[in-house]
Amino acid sequence: MPVKTYLQAISDGLRQEMQRDKRVYVIGEDVGVYGGAFKVTNGFQAEFGPWRVIDAPLAETAIVGSCTGAAIMGMRPVAEMQFADFVSCAWDQLVTVAAKQFYRAGTPIPIVVRCPSGGGFSGGPFHSQNPESSFAHIAGLKVVCPATPADAKGLLISAIEDPNPVIYFEHKHLYRRIKDEVPDERYTVPFGEARIHREGDDITVVTWGAMVYTADEAAEKLAEDGVSVEILDLRTVVPWDKKAVLRSVEKTSKVLVLHEDTRTGGFGAEIAATITEEAFESLDAPVKRIAAPDTPVPFSPPLEKAFIPQVDDVLAGLKDLAEY
Amino acid sequence: MAVAREAEPVGSLKEVREAGLDREDLLGVYRNMLLTRGIEERGHILYKQGKIPGSFYTGRGNEGASVGVATALGPEDVGTPLHRDMGVHVTRGVEPWRIFAQYMGRSDGPTRGRDGNVHMADARLGLIAMVSHLPAMLPVAVGCALAFRIREEKRVAVGWFGEGASARGDAHEAMTFAGTRRLPVVFVCDNNQWAYSTPTHLEYASETVADRAQAYGFEGVVVDGTDVLAVYREARRAIEKAREGGGPTLVECMTLRMEGHAVHDDASYVPKELFEEWAKRDPIERFRTWLRENADLTDDEEGEIASEIKKILNDAIKRADESPLPEAKTVTDGVFASPEDLDTPHHK
Ligand SMILES: Cc1ncc(C[n+]2csc(CCOP(=O)(O)OP(=O)(O)O)c2C)c(N)n1
Ligand SMILES: [Mg+2]
Repeated sequence: MPVKTYLQAISDGLRQEMQRDKRVYVIGEDVGVYGGAFKVTNGFQAEFGPWRVIDAPLAETAIVGSCTGAAIMGMRPVAEMQFADFVSCAWDQLVTVAAKQFYRAGTPIPIVVRCPSGGGFSGGPFHSQNPESSFAHIAGLKVVCPATPADAKGLLISAIEDPNPVIYFEHKHLYRRIKDEVPDERYTVPFGEARIHREGDDITVVTWGAMVYTADEAAEKLAEDGVSVEILDLRTVVPWDKKAVLRSVEKTSKVLVLHEDTRTGGFGAEIAATITEEAFESLDAPVKRIAAPDTPVPFSPPLEKAFIPQVDDVLAGLKDLAEY
Repeated sequence: MAVAREAEPVGSLKEVREAGLDREDLLGVYRNMLLTRGIEERGHILYKQGKIPGSFYTGRGNEGASVGVATALGPEDVGTPLHRDMGVHVTRGVEPWRIFAQYMGRSDGPTRGRDGNVHMADARLGLIAMVSHLPAMLPVAVGCALAFRIREEKRVAVGWFGEGASARGDAHEAMTFAGTRRLPVVFVCDNNQWAYSTPTHLEYASETVADRAQAYGFEGVVVDGTDVLAVYREARRAIEKAREGGGPTLVECMTLRMEGHAVHDDASYVPKELFEEWAKRDPIERFRTWLRENADLTDDEEGEIASEIKKILNDAIKRADESPLPEAKTVTDGVFASPEDLDTPHHK
């Protein structure tokens, strides 16, 4: 099986869907001639032409709003936000229009909004955010956060097939750093099914996106002390795989919830609350949360490092739990 | 000085024929205007009787503008009408009883009780249900036009907005994008001179809203919104131009909102003389007079149409009242669509 970067997997998945389904088109800033700020759609315009790989004006409301209209007319739009941070400019179109249209008017809105997210390269407050929790709170939106190249492709294809608005967060720090086997053929990865990234017996880590790898490094170190950590990669935050989380918690009886988004009101709080509601009797320690502090994402390297949960932070958290 | 073109009033029956309407069509337009007003008048009564929850909006004074534009739409065209555009739903052929069911929050309203008042549309008629946030439907209308352009279909989308909502960025982004790509979309501004209590000079500083069109690279035209035939002619011109690849047009229909913003509002901030002046230009009365003078509308015909409409309204209200309220246990149903929900005319 070929080995591909996370970025190449997204690109290949998207290209395959466009080859297979004429209803799929791409729209965003600089996605056409330039191939996208991160080159996800590199070469697409030459292959599919300017009306399926559409260079939009700097207008996120028009980009996402027009996707909704086109979707109602039977298209399968895939919008690219140049950075996830700019999706705030399309908030109304996603939250007010797309998310509520099926519930109110019975009209499905099959759109995908790709959002390059996450920090780690001094992108500062406006090029580093992980806003998945904000959207997870909105009924009617699905929220996808792949961690591996194979999932990135399979989840993107599922997102395009899905009859609902899907926000697809692709983590920029994984784009070129993470390489793995990715099947050439078309396949889907179902929403709402967590992946066991690492099997273990003593502590469960529930996480997604780039934090899967941070957790893995911490787990590797802790293994030297004879503590075995299970890592669950949720893959999709809406819907999230409650069953898999509860099953793992019942097995290990200790759990750490980890995310790169900020702490208060972060999706980890929802997971922690659900575990206490539904698996309280299985717990041998309070549910632990590790997340970014409640600040904007800072620019300067030492500050950013203090903001994004690091391997040592996770390791310390796991040790606390192990010793509890 | 205004940049936008000012539309000519429509004169004779001959001119109207040239614009594509025969006598039968004209009577249909008249019927649609009366039905539009009738639905809103009867709705108002039901509201006062406590049979309609929430709030209640009407488009009194806008019947000519809304029916005029909708009459110019082709069968495959689509649109995103707003809260003053009941005439669009009526002209596209929505069943009046379903509108009353919507008002009353019943299961047979187009939104099955999930949304109220004019926040509805029958997708089978090519209409998309508005959201409250204005003018958030303009980018959506542009997206419909984009789909037509990608597929090279000769179809047109119409997006409505108020002069107040023209202040928001959605209007700017929608027009910028539509202009750069010359998309087959027509922007219709229902300029009724008030946005709730806010007058036009606090919403925009240009002489007309249509003046902006030039900056977006397309034509703007101001039309007397109380003259249904003039509106029809301009809308048709714009729609056919868009259909033939000529790009967008901004059509601004000048009217006066003849009632408060919604029924709770007495509109005391609108000068009385303004109401008096515009009452003389009531779109329905104007058109009735025109029909009598130019198309030999007879007393008999008028009487027949009036009783036909009365019957439609009575039957509609009765049928809507028989529609059940939605069951409480369905509250969480249908947040997400399933693949089989894509089985709609557009998605096939
Ligand atoms: C974004 C937004 N802000 C505020 C409102 C509340 N609101 C509803 S209608 C209205 C006035 C709209 O004026 P205009 O666009 O001229 O339309 P009209 O009601 O006069 O037809 C306001 C302020 C809204 N619907 N949307
Ligand atoms: Mg107004």
